[in-house]
Amino acid sequence: MLELDQIEIEQDGFRLCADLAVPRGQKTAVIGPSGAGKSTLLSAIAGFIAPCAGRILWEGRDITGLPPGQRPMSILFQDQNLFPHLSVARNVALGLRPDLKLSRLEWDRVDEALRRVGLTGLQDRKPGTLSGGQQSRVALARALIQARPLMLLDEPFSALGPALKTEMLDLVAGIADETEASVLMVSHDPADALRFASHTILVADGRALPPRDTGELLNDPPPALAAYLGK
Amino acid sequence: MASRAQPIEPWIRAAASIAAALVAILTLGTLAAVARRAEGLGGLGSADWAALRFTIMQAGLSAALSVALAVPVARALARRRFPLRRLLITALGAPFILPVIVAVLGILAVFGRSGIVNDILASVGLQRISIYGLWGVVLANVFFNLPFAVRLFLQGWAEIPAERFRLAASLGFSPRDVARHLEWPMLRSRAPGAFATIFLICLTSFAIALTLGGGPRATTIELAIYQAFRFDFDLGRAATLAALQLALCALTALAAARFTLPSGHGAGLDRTVWRWDADRWLSRITDGLVIVAAVAFLLTPLGAVIARGLPALGDLPAPVWKAAGRSLAVALISTGLTVAMALPMALALAARRPPRGLETIGMLPLATSSLVIGTGLFLMLRPVVSPSDLALPVTVAVNAVMALPFCLRVLVPPARELAGGFGRLADSLDMRGWARLQHLTLPRLRAPLGFAAGLTAALSMGDLGVIALFADQDSATLPLQLYRLMGAYRMDQAAGAAVLLLALSFALFCLFDRGARGHA
Repeated sequence: MLELDQIEIEQDGFRLCADLAVPRGQKTAVIGPSGAGKSTLLSAIAGFIAPCAGRILWEGRDITGLPPGQRPMSILFQDQNLFPHLSVARNVALGLRPDLKLSRLEWDRVDEALRRVGLTGLQDRKPGTLSGGQQSRVALARALIQARPLMLLDEPFSALGPALKTEMLDLVAGIADETEASVLMVSHDPADALRFASHTILVADGRALPPRDTGELLNDPPPALAAYLGK
Repeated sequence: MASRAQPIEPWIRAAASIAAALVAILTLGTLAAVARRAEGLGGLGSADWAALRFTIMQAGLSAALSVALAVPVARALARRRFPLRRLLITALGAPFILPVIVAVLGILAVFGRSGIVNDILASVGLQRISIYGLWGVVLANVFFNLPFAVRLFLQGWAEIPAERFRLAASLGFSPRDVARHLEWPMLRSRAPGAFATIFLICLTSFAIALTLGGGPRATTIELAIYQAFRFDFDLGRAATLAALQLALCALTALAAARFTLPSGHGAGLDRTVWRWDADRWLSRITDGLVIVAAVAFLLTPLGAVIARGLPALGDLPAPVWKAAGRSLAVALISTGLTVAMALPMALALAARRPPRGLETIGMLPLATSSLVIGTGLFLMLRPVVSPSDLALPVTVAVNAVMALPFCLRVLVPPARELAGGFGRLADSLDMRGWARLQHLTLPRLRAPLGFAAGLTAALSMGDLGVIALFADQDSATLPLQLYRLMGAYRMDQAAGAAVLLLALSFALFCLFDRGARGHA
């Protein structure tokens, strides 16, 4: 379980409070008006921003002070998820070992992960030669191989077309189920939330509210969300 | 501010601290040594005050002429399109790595007593002119700094949006209106910075003053330090002069820092904007003449050296080859040293919270001079060892430190870009230490590292500065050996050595620069 224990985040005069918990294995969307602090919340959980108060706990263990790379989570950013100078296989392999000293067995696992996301045969290509969807798949293969219990998605598919985005979300769901990971996904599209996430965290007016059932929340939105949705 | 500045990696912090300490010892430490030995301004004679006046005058004249002449050249280049334009603009960056002594030899071949210009003057019955003294020094300084100023202004022109010129055309602006409303504001914002930078460069003019100046009326402070050292062995006076030089440089550097200069390596220099206002035959002809004159001024000296030196390459005396070997070794070692210092410093400076004072320390070498550092090192080392035994190591250290600010200027922006673009991804993947260096930093910074290394190698190869203070017969570098050949009036051999030096400098630059880019 991920717990945000009364955390306060402050950045450039902007404040965000959160006091909530996300159960293990749950797929959760994070929605709210743009500029409300959705990405900021994810950055704090990932360790790129230190909260000025409160604690972040994973399975009861305080991880507030851990550097990003040592937290039990993988993260996909909006862009720059791959190193352009490394081959597809090496980009994925970084998820196993940051020094890229992999055993034969581990390289086999890299190939397997690439097969799983449908990129067999592209091991030696550079990311720049792939399509946007293929690049997302490489990043997903890396998340798959990292097999961390929490996946953070900061709108990594927002540049893809609707069909491709749905495909990616299904892939994420499959990977999360395989690795029994919880997923926190920032989205500005309620349809994505409905399709993908059983629960949704609403971020608005400087607060991140505890996750609620996505369908209920969207059917009966509080005023801030209603204004955002245009209802 | 809750944003967690990702802590700078320990090895980077440690390496950057060691590098900063080394720079501080070589700049501030030598300053302290010089200050302790300096005798107060009372110890200076009238010749020394004349040197101060001459230093300021030649620097001022050189900077003013470079800036003034650069305006028409840059303007012509900015509004004309012609074959080889791109190559020409790239070549304008070359004087930075051109060995000073080679250029001086070329200038002598064109403007010297038996040079091309004087031959022409004599053939039409006019008196021959002498290049030695103030005007020779200024001429050589302009040779080096005119291209620099042209590039700065060219960038300014490139930054005027094309739409403004379109608007000007639609309003029927004449060239004079365009100059007043578009070009003059740009020039006014850039000229002070260009002037201050060139003034600062010319203040520490040593090799040019050594070869083209000299005598009571054309001695710079740098040269006076050298003379107090080598000829009078008056360490107290050398130290006082060094303190004076330092004060002058530091004041100018402070003043220059107030004018922000855009980096000289900006993209878009070869962009052309269609200029309706310049589409007249008269301005076409004047622009053409200006470009031809500038190219002739910059290329003829080098052509003359090469034409004279190539045949002499075959029978260069053995000491020249030995000196070339020493210079190569000095250049390669100081390049390694500079890169080893500049990379961790640049990475630390690219962090969200860079260590305090690091940037200032990195720029300190700009405010001092190689002869000041040399004097200080001599004073520091003399109680321990015989300085002439350390001529080459000292040269390596001074060259490495003097090149550091340029390397930082090249490396810090891409290092910041790297941290901004991929820092979070690398952090989230727990890439640290050697793994991060090997798989992220080095591959991504390959091109700027190669460029910085190439600059350092070429600068070090062609440097004629501190080595002149320390060297004896057995430790001359190639530029010093070349100077000795000139002093002995063995001009053919000097030209041959100049061609060798030129080739080695540019080869080193290309080796590092192209080598790094080729595999990127």
